[in-house]
Amino acid sequence: MDVPEQAAAGSAPQRVSGFFERRREQIAQRWADAPLFRSVFTVSRDEAVEACKAVVDALSDVTATGRIEDIGAPGFATVRRQLGGMAATRARTGCTSAQIADEVAALRGPAVELLREEFPDPSTADAHESVLALTLVMSTLRLVVMETALTEGADLIERQRQQLLEVATPVIKLWEGTVAVPLIGTLDSARSQVVMESLLEAIVDQRARYAILDITGVPTVDSLVAQHLMKTVAAARLMGAECIVSGIRPAIAQTIVQLGIDLGTVVTRASLADALAYALGRQGIEVSRADAGASAR
Amino acid sequence: MPASGQASATSLPIGSDADLAWVRQQVRQCAAQLGFGLVQQTKVVTAASELARNTLVHGGGGRVEITPLDDGRTRGLRMRFTDEGPGIRDLDLAMTDGWTSGGGLGLGLSGAKRLVHEFAVDTEPGRGTTVTAVAWVTPVPSSRTGVG
Amino acid sequence: MSQPFPASPQVPVLALGDILLVTLQGELHDGMAEQLQQDLTHRIAASSVTGVVIDISGVEIVDSFLGRVLAEIASTAGLLAARTVLAGMRPAVAITLVELGLTLPGLVTALDVDRAMELLSPREA
Repeated sequence: MDVPEQAAAGSAPQRVSGFFERRREQIAQRWADAPLFRSVFTVSRDEAVEACKAVVDALSDVTATGRIEDIGAPGFATVRRQLGGMAATRARTGCTSAQIADEVAALRGPAVELLREEFPDPSTADAHESVLALTLVMSTLRLVVMETALTEGADLIERQRQQLLEVATPVIKLWEGTVAVPLIGTLDSARSQVVMESLLEAIVDQRARYAILDITGVPTVDSLVAQHLMKTVAAARLMGAECIVSGIRPAIAQTIVQLGIDLGTVVTRASLADALAYALGRQGIEVSRADAGASAR
Repeated sequence: MPASGQASATSLPIGSDADLAWVRQQVRQCAAQLGFGLVQQTKVVTAASELARNTLVHGGGGRVEITPLDDGRTRGLRMRFTDEGPGIRDLDLAMTDGWTSGGGLGLGLSGAKRLVHEFAVDTEPGRGTTVTAVAWVTPVPSSRTGVG
Repeated sequence: MSQPFPASPQVPVLALGDILLVTLQGELHDGMAEQLQQDLTHRIAASSVTGVVIDISGVEIVDSFLGRVLAEIASTAGLLAARTVLAGMRPAVAITLVELGLTLPGLVTALDVDRAMELLSPREA
C-alpha cells in the first residue's frame, strides 16, 4: 500500500487517469449494463451511457490529481450530482443504501478487467500498482455515493414528514365565522404545533369567532395531548376566538377523568354536529327545516 | 452593526429600556436571516426580551452575545446574557413559574426556557449570572429531541 | 440604521364617544408602556369612559412585562367601571404567550377593533 500523495507523471494514478480517458467509451458501455445504471435509466440506454461517461470523466479528473482516497476531491463533485440523484431515485423505490453500495461496488469488476487488458504481462509491478490505484478510487467512489445517498435519504424523509404534517391538518370553514379542524391520528408535539398554527391562521383569514377541534379520529388522549389541546384553546382565546373540542368518545371521556386531566374552562361537545350547533346558537343563528311552516299547518 | 450576521458574533450592551428594544430588533433580524419562521422568530425574540430584562433588572445590566450557529444540518442562534450582579441564590425557585418576583417578572427564566431548545443558567451568589439560550431553525420545535 | 429608535414617546389614544381606542405599534419601550398605563388610568377616572379597546394588531411581540401591563390596565379600568378589550393579537404572538405561560385569563379579547367595539356596545353588554 504505497500510494504517493502527489502523483508524479507516470505514477499509477496518472496511468489510471490515462486509462479512463482512452477507454472512456468501452467502460461506459459496460457500466451502462450494470444494475446501478440499468435500473435507473430504464427507457434509454443512450442516456445511461452518457451518465456513465460523466462518471468516467470525473474519475479521470480525480486520478489525475492523485487524490484517489480523498472523498473531498473536486472531481467527485460531478459524481455526487450524477450518482447522488440516481441513488436517491433507487432509495425512493425502496433500495437500501447497502444495496446501492453493492451496485456501485459492482462497477469495479468491468473496469479492472479492461485495465488488465492494457498490460500484456499482468504480473508486472506497473500492472499491480495500476490495478491497486483503480481499486482504491473505485472504493472511494463507493464511499462518495454512500454518503450522498444517506444525505439525500435524510432530506427525503424530512421533506415527506413536512408534507405529511401539512396534508394531515386541513382547516375547514363550516359556516360564516366558524372553522373546524378534524384531527385524525396520533397528536404529537410536532403535529399539534402545526394544528395550532394553521387553526390560528384560519381564524384570522376567516374572521372566525368559533373554532372547533374535532378529536373523533384521535385514538388516545393522554395528558400531553390534553395539554396541546388546552394550549390551542388558550391561544385562540387570546386572539378573540372561542374554541370548542368535539368528538370526545365515551372511552376518551373516561380516560380524561381517570387521568385527572382538568380541561378547565374548555367547551366540549360529544360530536362535531353538536359543536357546530353550539357555535351557531351563540351567534344567534337558528337552523330549521324549510318546510317546517307548511307541515305544521 | 456588522454587514452580515453570518458566522460572526454580535455583542450588545444591556443598560436601559432602549437597549432592550435594540436587542429585540437585532435578535429578530438575525433570526430572520438564519431562516427562522415567523412563529419561531417571535418565540426567540420574546425569550431574548425576557432574558435581557432579567439581566437589566436583576443583574443590574450586562451584555448579550448573539451568535449564529450551523451544525451542518440546521442553523441556529445562540444568545448568551451575562451580568455581574448579585447572582441567583435559589435557582430552582427562580426557575419556578410565578408572578411576584422582582416586580412581577416571575415568568422570565422559566418562560424563556420554554421558548427555546437549549437553556443553561450559570450563576453564583455575588459573582453574577450567565444565561445561555439556543434555538434551532426547525419548522417543528420538538423534532430535534425526537430525531436527534 | 444608525438611529435605531425614532422618537415616539407617546402611544396614541383616541376617544370615540365614551370608548378609548389605544393603538400599540411596533417596538414598545417598557417606559412607554408604564406611561400609557398611567395616562389611561387618569383619563378613565377623569371622564365618563365606559370601555377601552387596545389594538395590538401592530405588535410583533408581547413579553411577560407587556402582558402584565395589559392585564393591569384591564383590572384598573375594571375598578373604574370601564371594560377593556384586547383586539387583534397576531397568531405568532398568541402561540408565544401561551408557551411562555401567560394566558391572560382576566382579559376580554376580540379578533379586531370592529369586533371589540361590538363587544363594548350597549346591545352586547
